[in-house]
Amino acid sequence: MSKEKVVVIFPHPDDESFGASGTISKFRDEGVPVTYLCGTLGEMGRNMGNPVFANRETLSTFRKKELEEAANQLDIEVEMLGYQDKTLEFEPRDLVAKHLKERLEALEATIVITHYPGYAVHPDHDALGAAVVDAVRQMDESRRPEVWMHAISNHSKQDLGEPEIIYDVRPYWKRKLAAIKAHLSQADGMMNLIENHEQTSEQLERLKTERFYRYTFS
Amino acid sequence: MEAIQQKVVQDKIDQLSDKEVYVHLETTNGAYASHFDESAYNVGAFIRNAKVKYQHGKIVSTGGSYRVGLKLDLGWVYAEGVTDFEIDEKNRLLMAGHDREGRLMVALEISETPFSYEADPDE
Repeated sequence: MSKEKVVVIFPHPDDESFGASGTISKFRDEGVPVTYLCGTLGEMGRNMGNPVFANRETLSTFRKKELEEAANQLDIEVEMLGYQDKTLEFEPRDLVAKHLKERLEALEATIVITHYPGYAVHPDHDALGAAVVDAVRQMDESRRPEVWMHAISNHSKQDLGEPEIIYDVRPYWKRKLAAIKAHLSQADGMMNLIENHEQTSEQLERLKTERFYRYTFS
Repeated sequence: MEAIQQKVVQDKIDQLSDKEVYVHLETTNGAYASHFDESAYNVGAFIRNAKVKYQHGKIVSTGGSYRVGLKLDLGWVYAEGVTDFEIDEKNRLLMAGHDREGRLMVALEISETPFSYEADPDE
């Protein structure tokens, strides 16, 4: 048994499935426990299902259930952090970092997967990723987990170069798709975006590889 | 939600006038607009649980979608592009407009009780 413990920290139900579910599957197959700390309920999302089945007031309920289903597919634990969608960047970052540090210490994380602050497109992604880096920096060096950061923005490779960690997740593609599809209210819109956009194949191909930059604490 | 029935919505707007109500008003083109199209940029605004009292309100058809205006003592609440509505189990008037992929573009909701962050677990 490895003594790894992976903690995934993203702000929305579905970020884990789109961004890291192949990597998560790989760890689960190796017997490594994975916990997803999900920042918000994604209750301000604009995808309401297609055809529409949710509204602004019911969306949080659907998304919570969808996340449970995705967590079943991926065989991971989920904890909700209780923040509100679209507002993470306005919360005091030191308080969010303190909260995350407590959870990471309690869970004895050895690897943390989060977004690359400044390269993650959605303000919630950037804000939570930045708070994760702060949280880990504040930890005792001997207890510090590795921080793996997922970059999304179009210019990330240009600015940051090749990421250190690259997984071909095609062996886990079925599970990844099942996890994405569990997010019924969201997947269709995203899938349509992928399919209708000119970068169609590129977008789909991107999902088959998961890339992470490792944070270096100096 | 279902397609707006103008009279049903107007009756509900009338019923909620001249009393303290909570309003959720929102518009968005999504957090990924400029990610998928570099010539676009992201636009969004929301206000949740604005406590207002409106003198009167009206829903106006534009043929295909609707505009709603609520006249306050000192201003207005305004939304354009709502197409769907629902009067939910909490007796709230929910209105929204969606694009062809079902994504929300605008929402206006009026309630006599505050909107919550998370729906009740038993719902």
